[in-house]
Amino acid sequence: MTDKSEITTPGKPSPQLRQESEWAMKPLIDVFEDDTGLTLHADMPGVSRQGLDITVDSDTLTLEGKADIAMTEGMTPLYADVRSNRYRRSFALSRELDTEHIEATLRDGVLILRIPKLKQYQPRRIEIRAG
Amino acid sequence: MFDRMNPIDDTLFDEFRRVEREMDRMMGPTTKPGGIRDAARGSYPPVNIGATAEQVDIYLFAAGLNPDAVEITIHQQLLSVAGERPLITEQGATYYRQERFDGTFQRAITLPGDVDPDRVDASYRDGVLHITIRRSEPSGPRQIEIH
Repeated sequence: MTDKSEITTPGKPSPQLRQESEWAMKPLIDVFEDDTGLTLHADMPGVSRQGLDITVDSDTLTLEGKADIAMTEGMTPLYADVRSNRYRRSFALSRELDTEHIEATLRDGVLILRIPKLKQYQPRRIEIRAG
Repeated sequence: MFDRMNPIDDTLFDEFRRVEREMDRMMGPTTKPGGIRDAARGSYPPVNIGATAEQVDIYLFAAGLNPDAVEITIHQQLLSVAGERPLITEQGATYYRQERFDGTFQRAITLPGDVDPDRVDASYRDGVLHITIRRSEPSGPRQIEIH
């Protein structure tokens, strides 16, 4: 059982949780695949290591981040393209992916995830011996 | 109900109109045509602007930048931020999604009239470029003397 299902009463979702999930932004991503795995790049400006949360729940990968922006006290917002300080995006993973060995790096607000394929799904090079 | 006639309320509404005018100056009027330099929403990078009486804070949400490749200039009331974010495309890989911004960008922001272009600070942290510009005098209500 996940934390969320414990907090939320079935049929009556907590308004606070609902509001938070609605307000999260979808980080923009690039995804590409090579022979040995998938690589995902996500833009999450404002998110530090402490504010980043990556979870795999059965076959669902979820990226969550909280941007920590230094605000001056008593500031009046004048213009905002960015209306939330939360990011959230989920992906369904396929079974050939090795979720035990996902590697994540975060630098200057760019998250890089490397999801390798399980060994048995990686192409094998077959050596041809000279006859 | 008659409280609405109270002069204190009038000054409050004046204050609202003043804020409205100031916002118009910052963003371009909402009902009239926008400024010729105003960027469309959805331009890269996304920008947030906030202000206090002492300073104007501009936040540009641009992950993965090389700060050395960013140029910040102020000419009169126009702040311009130009830079480049070239993405490296992996050769031989199959791309499923390419949503992230790739290439050169420029954003121009019209500042309030009282900013001091000589007192500007810029920092880059976790993919957010934060520019602080001090205002030369408090922008609060001022008493105008009639001679």
